[in-house]
Amino acid sequence: MKAVYALYADPDSAQLAVDSLRREGVAERSITVISSEPFEEYEFSRRDKPTWIFWLATAGGAVGLVLAYLLASTTQRLWPLVTGGMPIVAMWPNLIIMFELTMLGAIIVTVITLLITARLPTTRSKLYDPEVSSGKILVGVENAPDDSIEKLKQTLRATGGEVNAG
Amino acid sequence: MNLETKNKINDDLLRPVLHTSPWFYVIVLVLGGIIVAGLGSWMYQMSHGLVVAGIKWPVYWAFYITNFVFWIGISHAGTLISAILRLVNATWRRPVTRCAEVITVFALMIGALFPIIHLGRPWLAFYLMPYPSERGIWPNFRSPLVWDFFAISTYLTGSTLFLFLPTIPDFALMRDRTTGLRQRIYGMLSLGWQGTTKQWHRLESAMQIMAIAIVPVAVSVHTIVSFDFSMSPVPMWHSTVFGPYFVAGAIFSGIAALIVAMAVLRKVLHLEEYLHPVHFHNLGKLLLTMSLLWAYFTFVERLTVWYGNAPAEMAVFWETQTGSYAPLFWTMVFCNFVIPLPLLGIRRLRTITGTVVASSLIVVGMWLERFLIIVPSLAMKNLPYSWGFYRPQPVEIMITIATFAAMAFLYVLFSKFVPIISIWELKVGAHPRRVLTPQEEEEAQELWRVRP
Repeated sequence: MKAVYALYADPDSAQLAVDSLRREGVAERSITVISSEPFEEYEFSRRDKPTWIFWLATAGGAVGLVLAYLLASTTQRLWPLVTGGMPIVAMWPNLIIMFELTMLGAIIVTVITLLITARLPTTRSKLYDPEVSSGKILVGVENAPDDSIEKLKQTLRATGGEVNAG
Repeated sequence: MNLETKNKINDDLLRPVLHTSPWFYVIVLVLGGIIVAGLGSWMYQMSHGLVVAGIKWPVYWAFYITNFVFWIGISHAGTLISAILRLVNATWRRPVTRCAEVITVFALMIGALFPIIHLGRPWLAFYLMPYPSERGIWPNFRSPLVWDFFAISTYLTGSTLFLFLPTIPDFALMRDRTTGLRQRIYGMLSLGWQGTTKQWHRLESAMQIMAIAIVPVAVSVHTIVSFDFSMSPVPMWHSTVFGPYFVAGAIFSGIAALIVAMAVLRKVLHLEEYLHPVHFHNLGKLLLTMSLLWAYFTFVERLTVWYGNAPAEMAVFWETQTGSYAPLFWTMVFCNFVIPLPLLGIRRLRTITGTVVASSLIVVGMWLERFLIIVPSLAMKNLPYSWGFYRPQPVEIMITIATFAAMAFLYVLFSKFVPIISIWELKVGAHPRRVLTPQEEEEAQELWRVRP
C-alpha cells in the first residue's frame, strides 16, 4: 500500500482528476486534495461533511454561562460583601461576567473543535509536496493497493498532472 | 490566477520576512531605546512611589487611565473591523484584515498594562484575579474593574486566536520556503498544516463562528471600560450614553490607527501593489461615518448636560468649553471633526495622503477626548473645596511615549516574522468565481446548512 499523487497547475484540471479517480472506482475517502488556498467554487473542495462546530460552540457558550454564574454567585455567597446597597448575589453585574465567559467558552470550544476535526497539530503526512506552496494543487490517493498504482498513475497523467509516488 | 502570479504574491509578501534591511535594525534599536527609557521611568516610579507622577488628590486618574482607555479603543481597529468585514464578505478586506488584527492584539496588551502601572505596586496586580485566598478577600464581582479583567481577558484571548487561526496556512507556506531553524519554528507554528479540503472547510467554518462571537465581545469591552466611569456619580460621567459613546469612539480611533499603520506598511514594505488607494478610500468612508457619529454623540452628551443645568455638571462643562481645558477641547473638536470632515467628505481629497492626515489628527484628537473625559471631572468634582488640578510629570510623559514606541516595536517585529498581509486570503480574493450549476449550488447549500 502506498500513495500516488499528481500536481496540477489549475483547479479545473484538479477537478477533472478527482472525477477521473471516482470513475476508476477509487473510494471518496481515499482521494486527497491539497492546495495552498481554498477553492470553494469547485466541487472537489466541497467533499467534506457538514460539521457540528456551530452547535459545539453553542454548547461551549452554555458551559461558560453556567460556570460564570456559579463562579460569581457562589463566591458572593461564601464571602458576602455588602457594596453600595446591592444584594449579595447581584444579578445585573453578574450578567456581565456571565456574558464574557459565555463568549469565551464559545470561542475556546470553536478552536478546540477546529484543532481536533482538522487533526491539528500533527506531524506532516506522507502525502504532501512543498510544491503546493507554489500554488500547485495536489490530487492523490492514499493507501492505494499495489496492483492499482500503475493504473492510477495513468489516470492522473491523463488529466494533465505531474505524477509522483510517495 | 496562474502559478506565476501566485508565486509573485508569495515572493512579494514573503520578501520582508526573508530579507532584512539594515533599516530594520536601526528602527528596532531606536524604538528599543525609547522602550528602555520608559521601563526606566516605570522603575523610578516604583522605587519612589506614585508621588513622582502628577496624580494627587483629587485627580487620581490621569495619564495612565487616559492611556488605558485610549489603547483599548485603538484595539477596536482590528478584530472588530476584520470580523465585520468578514461577515459581510467585503472582498476588499483581504489585504487589510491581518494589519488590523495585529493592532488589536498589541494595543490590548499595552492597554492592559496601564492599570498595572497605575497601581504603583504592580506586584499586587494578582488581587484582580479570582482565586481563593487565605485573606478571605475575593474580587468584588460588582466592581467595574473586575468586569474589565473579564472583558479584556476574553477579548485578548479571542483576538489572539482570531489572528492566529488564519495565519496557520501562511506559517505552512513559510515552512516550505525556509530552511534550518526557521523551518523548524514555522513548522511548529503551522501545526503540521497540509491544506486538505477538510482542513480548509473546518478553518473557514471556525473563522465564521469566531467572527460572530468576537463582534459582541468587542462591543462589550469598550462598554465595560465606559462603565468604569459611568457607574460613578461623578459630574459628566454618570451618563447612559457613555457605553455607545465609548464604543463609537473606539471604532473611530481604531480605524484611524489602522489607516496610519497601513500607510506606513505600504511605504516601508513596498506593498503598493496590494494596499491600493481603494482600501484607503473605503476605510476613509468608514472613518467619515464614525467622525459624524462621534460628533453626534459629543453633541448629545453635552446638550443633555447643558439643558439639565445641574451646578456640579455645569462647572465641569464650562471648564472644558471656555475654561482652562478649553484649548484641549477645541483642539479635539478640530482634530476629530472639523478638519477630517472636508478631508474625508470631499471625494477628491479622500486620497491616501488625505486619509492619513485625517487619521493622524483623529488619533491625537481621540487621546485628548479620553483625557478630557477623565481629568476635568475629577479635578472639579462636586463641592468646590475639593477641587484641584493636574499637571503631568516627566515620568508619566515618558511612559506614555514609550508605549507608542512599544506599539511600533511590536508591529515592526511582527511584520518581520509573519507576512503582514494574509497570503492565502489574498489569493482567494483573486479567483475569478465560476458560476455554479444548480446542482453545485444545492450541494454548496447542504454544506453551509449547519454553518451559521
